[in-house]
Amino acid sequence: MTTRAAPISEPGARSARPARRRSGLSYLGVVPFFLFAILFMLIPIAFLIVGSFQDSANNDAITLKNYGDLFTPSILRAYGTSIEISLVTAIAGAIFGFLLAYAVILGGLPPFLRTALMTFSGVASNFAGVPLALAFIFTLGQVGLLTGLLNNLGIHIYSAGFNLLTKTGLEIVYMYFQFPLMVLIIAPAIDGLKKEWREASENMGASPRQYWQYVAMPILLPSILGSTILLFGNSIGAQATAYQLTGGTLPLVTVTIGAQMSGDVLHNDGLGYALAMGLVAIMGIAIVAYSILQRRSERWLRS
Amino acid sequence: MTNVGIGARAPGALESIQGSAQDRRRPVRFGRIWPWVVFIAGFVYFFLPLVATLEFSLRARPAGAAYTNVLKDPQFSGTLLYSFVVGVITIIVSIAIIVPTAYWVRLRLPRIRPLVEFVTLMPFVIPPVILVFGLIRSYSGAPFHLTNVSFGSDLLLVAAYTVLSFPYMYRAVDTGLRSIDVRTLTEAAQSMGAGWGRILLQVILPNLRVSLLSGAFLTLAIVIGEYTIASFLIGQKAFGPYLSHLGQNKSYEPAAVSLISFGLTWAAMGVIALLGRSAQGRRGGIQVAGGH
Repeated sequence: MTTRAAPISEPGARSARPARRRSGLSYLGVVPFFLFAILFMLIPIAFLIVGSFQDSANNDAITLKNYGDLFTPSILRAYGTSIEISLVTAIAGAIFGFLLAYAVILGGLPPFLRTALMTFSGVASNFAGVPLALAFIFTLGQVGLLTGLLNNLGIHIYSAGFNLLTKTGLEIVYMYFQFPLMVLIIAPAIDGLKKEWREASENMGASPRQYWQYVAMPILLPSILGSTILLFGNSIGAQATAYQLTGGTLPLVTVTIGAQMSGDVLHNDGLGYALAMGLVAIMGIAIVAYSILQRRSERWLRS
Repeated sequence: MTNVGIGARAPGALESIQGSAQDRRRPVRFGRIWPWVVFIAGFVYFFLPLVATLEFSLRARPAGAAYTNVLKDPQFSGTLLYSFVVGVITIIVSIAIIVPTAYWVRLRLPRIRPLVEFVTLMPFVIPPVILVFGLIRSYSGAPFHLTNVSFGSDLLLVAAYTVLSFPYMYRAVDTGLRSIDVRTLTEAAQSMGAGWGRILLQVILPNLRVSLLSGAFLTLAIVIGEYTIASFLIGQKAFGPYLSHLGQNKSYEPAAVSLISFGLTWAAMGVIALLGRSAQGRRGGIQVAGGH
């Protein structure tokens, strides 16, 4: 399109803006964007980074003490719980979301179910936080609908040791936005699986297992891994759902940071900043791991 | 389905096809059942909490009291209106920042495109709780004292939500720009004497209608229900913190408000889906309209 238009417009346009002026002045066009990002994203983060290296009890002297303090049992437990919940819901959400997306796209279900599932997933993956926590209290809480139904059937989940306001309960709740997100981000990859590949491998006598092992999985693996890491990040940064559900009794990293903000629960500002940096670092490691894994599996795919 | 494919592709092997069809009968039947099992499991998971919420909201006596109480509560309409206004302002600010940037990067500065993309994706790496932590600690003290006045907190809230909207807005706008011929439109407008402001407002923006609307509704859906940032910056003036407070103090009303909030998310997503569908059908027409 551009080349077709070029003969008419290029000469005039070229004389209007000489190449030399481009380099300096054209950067002015993106100044508002970067200014905004610096003011409301980079400065706040920089503030936390700097604070995490300062000793608030000792005239803000430069120190690594805050990071050393992270290795206390209560904080390690918060990280452990956050990571465990995120791992469990990312993997379970990825598996179930993948099966669900595969079922509606290639599983032979009526096509309208696919449209329905995509719309549901768009809604559910954005339905997090307070209303989600409440909805599950009404479902699986002490007097919830499902709890009551199971009681009538003679299954008393609360006397069997289940409690919604625990790690397991939170995992069940998180699944509500995890698997729909998986459906949304994995669907394009499943769409990319060509029917011809399956037919070709069957023509050459491949069993379904061999097809999955040598054809479908290598193609899908980068997307599945990437999506799983995205789900992990999605869950480890969540705060509202957990806070509403457990009222802060389940110590997640995000909940601890929130408590630090409303009152100095750690009795140490610098430790709060270090706690936040630890969370950012985990997210960063996840993204780097994702790009390495993806590049490796792509290279392996090509050869 | 696979059998048909093989039959069509291997015309010389009729007798083996019949054999293979029989061999495969079992896995095919299993292959037809599991998608339904998975789908029904997902369906139940999706709707059971909603049904439970509805059922719980209807337990209030007299019937429907939860809903009438909520609608009568001035805090309900007040917080909802506040969050809606914040959402609309966020959308305007976000569009005002992202559209010129995405346009300019596409037209003149493709070199810095990776950097701009990286910055717009950063909110995915920074959890909201950390963003608001940093914002409060940076701007609540000297010399800004922004959180001492309610206008300052509102300002920070809009700023935080604008940052949150960057990934969605940039992707929506960039996809929209890809589908129109930015360079030709710009040069056509320039050759007719239009300045940059006029090009952006009267040529580029109308062409991005559909992308902007889908980005806008997604932003609105996120902002209206948002809890973490709102609760630390402004407390119960916003809808999310109000709902949370309600959930801790009332029994049936929170169920009613949760359902209403879910309905709002649903409506926003429905509009986005509709927009997406109409965009596919009308893309060519839209571009022509912008070129006039």
